[in-house]
Amino acid sequence: MRVVMTSNYFEILRGGINTTFQDKGRENLYHIGIPFSGVMDNRNFLLANKLVGNHLTAPVIEFAYQGPHLRYTGDQLNFAITGDVIFKIKKKDYEIDGDCYHSYHLENGDEINVISTNKSVYGYFAIGSEIDLKFQWNSCSINTKANIGSNNGKKLDSGQKIKLLKINSDKTLKKVNYINNKIENIRVIKGTNFDYFSDEGKKVFFEKEFIVSKLSDRMGMRLEGPKIENIVNTNIKSEGLVKGVIQVPADGNPIIMLSDHGTVGGYPKIGVVVSVDYDRLVQLAPGSKVKFQEIELSDAETLFKLYEMETKNLLNQI
Amino acid sequence: MIKNISNLGDAALYCDFGMQVNKATNLEVIKYFNTIREKKIKGINNLTPSYNKLIISFDLRVTNFSEIKNKIENLDTTIEQNKNNKKIEVPVCCEENFALDKNRLEKKLNLSYQEILTKFFDKEYFCYMTGFIAGMPFLGDIDENLRTQRLETPRVKVPQGSVGITEQFANIYSFDSPGGWNIIGNTPLKVFDDSKERDPNLINPGDTIVFKKISRQEYESSNDK
Repeated sequence: MRVVMTSNYFEILRGGINTTFQDKGRENLYHIGIPFSGVMDNRNFLLANKLVGNHLTAPVIEFAYQGPHLRYTGDQLNFAITGDVIFKIKKKDYEIDGDCYHSYHLENGDEINVISTNKSVYGYFAIGSEIDLKFQWNSCSINTKANIGSNNGKKLDSGQKIKLLKINSDKTLKKVNYINNKIENIRVIKGTNFDYFSDEGKKVFFEKEFIVSKLSDRMGMRLEGPKIENIVNTNIKSEGLVKGVIQVPADGNPIIMLSDHGTVGGYPKIGVVVSVDYDRLVQLAPGSKVKFQEIELSDAETLFKLYEMETKNLLNQI
Repeated sequence: MIKNISNLGDAALYCDFGMQVNKATNLEVIKYFNTIREKKIKGINNLTPSYNKLIISFDLRVTNFSEIKNKIENLDTTIEQNKNNKKIEVPVCCEENFALDKNRLEKKLNLSYQEILTKFFDKEYFCYMTGFIAGMPFLGDIDENLRTQRLETPRVKVPQGSVGITEQFANIYSFDSPGGWNIIGNTPLKVFDDSKERDPNLINPGDTIVFKKISRQEYESSNDK
């Protein structure tokens, strides 16, 4: 009898700041208190998977700022990194600087060191293989707040292993030309409590500059700037939230709800970031300066369609 | 009935059932929630019922605001629904180390802790909604003499199992979480169980809750701990 042991795996030498498995996330669970989660930057997620020949919505490793340092053991496979990321690939006898939006071969003993994202927040590491992950509610996405998803709902840490199941048979190397553009004007639709704010407060919201605070994560982005004055009530009866909602608590500083947000909240909603700007919104690093710009619903819908077409065109180039 | 439908951004409907927060209004919200869930309308990817609002999220790649609004406005909610609401007993220990805001509540409410607990345990509660964190129930209404504001500065970490009160409501912290409610005790019950994917929440909107006072000894020997 011959026992074939196929053990292909990554060893995590350094976890990085906030490294998690993510996919498209979870649906229809807001009512029990579970948010969508899933990748923050959807376009870069799809591109990463396409570059290694995966299903477009296969699980990837998402990292923020400093990423993981990994050592690979096993048969040859492909990987790709997307975003605006500085990383090194260490082969047996030499080391090279990696390029985003290129797939590379990885051999037994190779290392990948994701040093940092460049003037952005999130990057994506796709592996051309099925990964051994736990799925909850049809998603492996790690929600560290409720400890849901793969890796017991905890971020990846040094010393752990990422076990692979079936490596993709097609190992053709692929690339696409793409540069992430920065966003300075975040487009928003007026929120359901827009009239809670004074004329001066509304003016501040749409005309002044805000700075992304360090206290931002997968749950929310806090902004600092001139105080937005509320003249009605700084609390509302708790009600549902969605991605992109901008709440203004009593201190007058806006908070934007992101993918892991609490599902209900009791602060007035001054606006909602439109879907077309979400991928670029989440990439704003602390210290970035932003302005809010009002947009009508019909324009937001049209712009989103165009954005989706652009994403499809990029995917078709791979 | 829905009083008004507006858009919350470009991928959600905001259904307003009126200003009132009471059981009748909330039951209307829950009725719509159940009906829409059963209909499985294409493109809808989340529903968030709360006291007097229902937020309907949808996938902008599949549908849009006017399409979903039209479907909701023409929804038949008269169909008899399966009512499987439960009555659940929740044991709570209010002894030292669990009653984090004992002193604050005595001062704010001008009542002894014994009086506070008598009024608290004397009532049945209705679950209006669940959320914020996975499984957290929002219950009401607490006795009028127990109503007070949130903490001026919220705690960074409220321990799992804590039972809190604020305004007309009570809640249970299903996880360690930041929070500003006044904590009167702690339950050993597991309020959220992610191994039960079909029904992870112990308490769901529409359920009735009875709190039962237990000793520390009973708390320690509870099966869920």
